[in-house]
Amino acid sequence: MTQSKDGAAAGDALVSMRGIRKSYNAGRPTEAEVLHGIDLDLARGEFVALIGPSGSGKSTLLNLLGLLERPSVGSYTLAGTAAQDLDDDGLTRMRRETLGFVFQFHHLLPAFSALENVTLPALARDGRITPAVRERGRSLLASVGLAAAMDRKPPELSGGMQQRVAIARSLVLEPAFVLADEPTGNLDTASSDDVFKLLRHSHAEAGISFLIVTHDPRLAARCDRIIELVDGRVASDGPPALASTADRV
Amino acid sequence: MRGIGFELTVAVRFLREGRFQSLLIIIGVAAGVAVVAYISALITGLQQNTLNKTLGAQAHVVLTPLEERVTPVLPRAAGEVPFSDLQPRAQRLRSLSNWPLVLDGLEGRPGVAAVSPQVAGSGLAQRGEATRAVAVAGVDIERYERVINLRTKLVAGTLRLSPGEAIAGVTLASDLGVRVGDRITLTTGTSGTRSEVLRLTGLVDLGVRELNRRTLLVPLRTGQTLFDLPGGATQIDVTLTDVWAAQGLARQLAQQLPYKVESWQDTNSQLVSALNAQSVSTTIIRVVVMLVVVLGIASVLVVSVVQKQREIGILRAMGATRGQVLRIFLLQGALVGGLGSVAGVGLAVGLVSLFTRFVRGADGAPLFDITLQPAMALQIAAIALVAGVLAAVAPARRASRMDPAQAIRT
Repeated sequence: MTQSKDGAAAGDALVSMRGIRKSYNAGRPTEAEVLHGIDLDLARGEFVALIGPSGSGKSTLLNLLGLLERPSVGSYTLAGTAAQDLDDDGLTRMRRETLGFVFQFHHLLPAFSALENVTLPALARDGRITPAVRERGRSLLASVGLAAAMDRKPPELSGGMQQRVAIARSLVLEPAFVLADEPTGNLDTASSDDVFKLLRHSHAEAGISFLIVTHDPRLAARCDRIIELVDGRVASDGPPALASTADRV
Repeated sequence: MRGIGFELTVAVRFLREGRFQSLLIIIGVAAGVAVVAYISALITGLQQNTLNKTLGAQAHVVLTPLEERVTPVLPRAAGEVPFSDLQPRAQRLRSLSNWPLVLDGLEGRPGVAAVSPQVAGSGLAQRGEATRAVAVAGVDIERYERVINLRTKLVAGTLRLSPGEAIAGVTLASDLGVRVGDRITLTTGTSGTRSEVLRLTGLVDLGVRELNRRTLLVPLRTGQTLFDLPGGATQIDVTLTDVWAAQGLARQLAQQLPYKVESWQDTNSQLVSALNAQSVSTTIIRVVVMLVVVLGIASVLVVSVVQKQREIGILRAMGATRGQVLRIFLLQGALVGGLGSVAGVGLAVGLVSLFTRFVRGADGAPLFDITLQPAMALQIAAIALVAGVLAAVAPARRASRMDPAQAIRT
């Protein structure tokens, strides 16, 4: 079992995965197991990088952590709730209340302005946008440096700006845990740095846990903990200096 | 209570995003609704006009005496082949038995608008050299006026039938060369010849040339005298508040009374068949057009679901439930159906007004009255709205069942 080195120090448990396996095309000749028994613990307030070569199962693990998919075998407890006991609506509610997502290609809704994109999760939750939510959306956009671009639609924004909107959106419902899939993967170095700083800033400000999937070794090295996945198994787990392959990624 | 603010907002944005696509399908729905509404108004107007013309000069239910039959002396045994032939009996003019009692009973019946006794027979009208065969109707003019709304058909004179007076069809008057105030001689041929000199008090246009050529109305008592039926009535005319209830009432009365009872449907079976055929055709057109509308909306929404896969995945990831995603697409169907309905009803109103303005008879008057009744417009709009929602069911279910992780990856 792989344990967070400083999990206890960082606070109570947020994520606990035991014996997680994930197969696709189960029961067919093309059945393939992508994850082979993952044990993983994350404490509240951690800032973790998830690295590994392509096809190592990073995105699958991210989807499982984000309750977007269910494991084939194993148990997953998120913020004290056993995910396997929840039905689809329960998982949706859990995602809404506990999680925030930042995707590699921004994945904003092009028909909505930057501010509307940011407040959309609140609209899905409450059926309306309260003045308080709108104000929070504005302040989040201002905090990511987009105070002047709130009413612009995604196609009118640069890649870096879109990613910053996506970060603001992931934070609007004050989640306990933000999952970011290659948040800087599509950006130039300067924008990439900006976005990373923003994530770190949100972490420091709100104490939110972050798990960042990345191919960028520089970025991984700036996280507090690096989990390396190889061939569907956790190959190493620890702070940057101790991660056996961190420098090679 | 969360409401549907989220679903409505996203549905509207999705439709606005695919503006051209949405506009095309709304135009499609509008065209479908307009066709259905226009055809419905046209056929309803046409049928109403035909009914008015047909029923304008006749009662909805007519009670007459049962036909006199020849009864064979010996009953025919089973399997026996008869050599004899029965000669049908000549039908003499007879009065309905106990008609005043039946008249009172009919008047109190729900749905009955007017009841009028009549002595009907044939005769010859003469004026100078001119002689015409006429259908004589001895009526109580006040009652009869209520049965066929004679007042609207009066073209000259007044509706009055005192003893020695008569009202004639306009063509008959013209054939005889008489006007209001002139006298004619009416001769009837039963039980020896009876004749009466009558003064014309009014001329009526019954809307049917043959009726105008043959109709001569006289007072009931004069009719009874002319046809040698003192105190009698050869038929009772009944008008109903709902013309379509005539057949049912006729069946009931036929079981209750020893009379021959015929509804207007019985005496106009070809017309009823034609009206039914029209109604069936209209229904087929409606169903086919609505089917096209449903398929149109469904195809656009199916494409939209495919196009919006990633957005659906994001919405699900950020906390939208399957139910919310389902409602987003159902609402899109409802919006397209609703907007198309409003535009379609507007278009139909325009088409109806164009028809009224430009399609006219030889005399320059509109061929017939065609209006799009608000109730009919509402009904068609509601059907289109429901069709929109139904069309969206399959795409919406597909969207709601989408696996969010897979949708985001696409």
